[in-house]
Amino acid sequence: MTVDYIFDFLTSLLDGLIGSDYLLLLAMLIPCLAIFGFITVYALVVIYAELKVSSFIQDKVGPMGQGVGLHAGKWGLLQPVADALKLLLKEDIIPSSADKPLFILAPFMIFIGAFISFVAIPFGDSIIVADLNIGLFYILGVGSIAVLSLILAGWASNNKWSLYGGMRSAAQIVSYEIPAGLSLIVVIMLAGTLNMQDIITYQAGGLFSWIIFDNPFMPVAFVVYFISAIAETNRTPFDLPESESELVAGFATEYSGMRYAFFFLSEYANMFVVSAVAAAGFLGGWHSPIVGIMDSSAWGVFWMISKTGFLIFVMIWLRWTLPRLRVDQLMNVCWKVFLPLALINIFGVAIWTVVFNS
Amino acid sequence: MGVVHGQEMVLNIGPQHPATHGVLRLQVKTDGEVISEITPYLGYLHRCFEKHCENVSYEQVIPFTDRCDYLASMTMNFGYVVAMEQLMDIKVNDRVQYIRVIMAELQRIASHLLATGVFGLDLGAFTPFLHMLRDRERIIDLFEMTCGARLLYNYMWVGGLSHDLPKGFVEETLRFLDYFEPKVDEFENLLGHNKIFVERTADIGIMPAEVAINYGVTGPNLRASGIKWDLRKDDPYSVYDRLDFEVPIGLGVKGTVGDSWDRFYVRLQEIRQSINIVRQAIDKLPKDGDVHQSMPKKIRPPKGSIYSRTESPRGDLGYYIESDGSDTPYRLKMRSPAFTALGVLNEIAGGWLMSDVLAILGSLDIVLGEIDR
Repeated sequence: MTVDYIFDFLTSLLDGLIGSDYLLLLAMLIPCLAIFGFITVYALVVIYAELKVSSFIQDKVGPMGQGVGLHAGKWGLLQPVADALKLLLKEDIIPSSADKPLFILAPFMIFIGAFISFVAIPFGDSIIVADLNIGLFYILGVGSIAVLSLILAGWASNNKWSLYGGMRSAAQIVSYEIPAGLSLIVVIMLAGTLNMQDIITYQAGGLFSWIIFDNPFMPVAFVVYFISAIAETNRTPFDLPESESELVAGFATEYSGMRYAFFFLSEYANMFVVSAVAAAGFLGGWHSPIVGIMDSSAWGVFWMISKTGFLIFVMIWLRWTLPRLRVDQLMNVCWKVFLPLALINIFGVAIWTVVFNS
Repeated sequence: MGVVHGQEMVLNIGPQHPATHGVLRLQVKTDGEVISEITPYLGYLHRCFEKHCENVSYEQVIPFTDRCDYLASMTMNFGYVVAMEQLMDIKVNDRVQYIRVIMAELQRIASHLLATGVFGLDLGAFTPFLHMLRDRERIIDLFEMTCGARLLYNYMWVGGLSHDLPKGFVEETLRFLDYFEPKVDEFENLLGHNKIFVERTADIGIMPAEVAINYGVTGPNLRASGIKWDLRKDDPYSVYDRLDFEVPIGLGVKGTVGDSWDRFYVRLQEIRQSINIVRQAIDKLPKDGDVHQSMPKKIRPPKGSIYSRTESPRGDLGYYIESDGSDTPYRLKMRSPAFTALGVLNEIAGGWLMSDVLAILGSLDIVLGEIDR
């Protein structure tokens, strides 16, 4: 469902009624609204999932509808809605000593970074907003906007805890982008393209055609990418920028209400983006694991979402299991373990490709 | 670390901060992430405990002791009544003594569960904390069954107890212990042998034995430094000399003796020992005996003074009571084990990273109610 497709459809429908410039604008606006709606619904679902999965891990019940009033709906289904409403209705506080324009800008920037990544994510064999020829590169690129906004938030709050959080996030996200990027280079080497749809098409033909099973180096690349991705989304065990018991709330200390909700929403949106990239790059994207079974276009959406959902579940699982790393240990893991591993992988895959695939 | 030196920044951790375990303010000097100097500021929870005691009768002091260390109220009661009974030369019967030991050891388990759980929480592990809180809840239920209160019990009275054990308490306790014993191994695996947890605690915040002794650190913190000092063994009170148990000390299994991991592990092993003690005490619990038998009609100790110490979950808990022969204490002083543990913080945590300082603070298991009194 590319923009062009919508544009053509609108042109055929409304030919001659309004100018084609407006139609183009409309054709771009429709997917944007669709993505926005998707992120909102997805965030509600995954926040509920996080509450319930964490409750299961921690041996408690989590949000429950109890008794006559059913406080949070059946099984507590309305809990995320209530949370969102609460954040919406909260007083908007900007600290008097904060750098006001930057303070206001930061939550928007982080959301934009997460939002525009969705443009190049393939949900099905024809469902992608813009099938860019540099799709993977684009996602990695716009994903880095988050770090700018975290530094901005940390600095503009004029709070020492926020500053610590901002500085930590700068060091952490910039560092972990390198192993993440280097792991994806291996995918690009195999598929020979940066286009997301072509990378997925390359993996057609069942479970063992997926890139993760392509050669012995790929599982390592997948693990390095996935762990780096968790670090990039600031989740436990890498949640140092907002580590609750150390930095109060890190970069988000001074934020409240809807501005805080934007940080929150972006974290979950980023989780989806990195998981979707992992699913598309390593796990066959919208392909079914078995050829011929549930392999149609419509099932493609199901496969893509469920693979992404599974990876998000793993993220939630890790979050509620592991303690947090220290800042220097975090850097050690990145520069001394993941970076060499990722580089060795590139060489390994290059040699493997020359020896076995040529 | 610390090759590049920048400008130092003064940072206030607390009084409202998730990792300060109450209302503690730490003023720290930081150079980036490295903390060079820590100054604790106390008094945010000061409730004039000792002054209050001078104005109330001896039995009215007991509820105040509850509120000092609200996580180990039973042992706080215990220390006070032991001191009073020594001062007044009261002999209490065995049933009372064994019930007191059962309660104190259950309280020790509950307190250590919270201490280790919150330590995990300080390192970002949320789940073990909730698992431990879940099991602590069962102990609190046992206390509620006994005296109706869940946090501040006012259970041990001078010369006796407020109530005898309720029907079914022994069975319920044994059922809990059977359920709980395997859980301790689970906690050890879940938290103690977790790679990240070990990385964060082993060789961090090492407290050498000399430092611990010089600062007067007691309890699990001292034992983690390798000193076998437990008042239940070394200066037995109540019926502890009739019970058989080990005193675990820090061995430096994962790092050096006296590091944060040892302090965590000593507490975990003490939970096991306490389970053992509770089982023995239940076996030896006499069937008959009135818990109100030795209670004096009016508490009016003779002129004189007493210093008595007991082993609370946090260490040597001392009560100094000066009596002028009236029915109110002339002076009452409490020696707080958590206070000395906090005192050593700058010594063992200075120069570490911010995350480590808060982890070390968590490993010392301080309770601000007891420090500020």
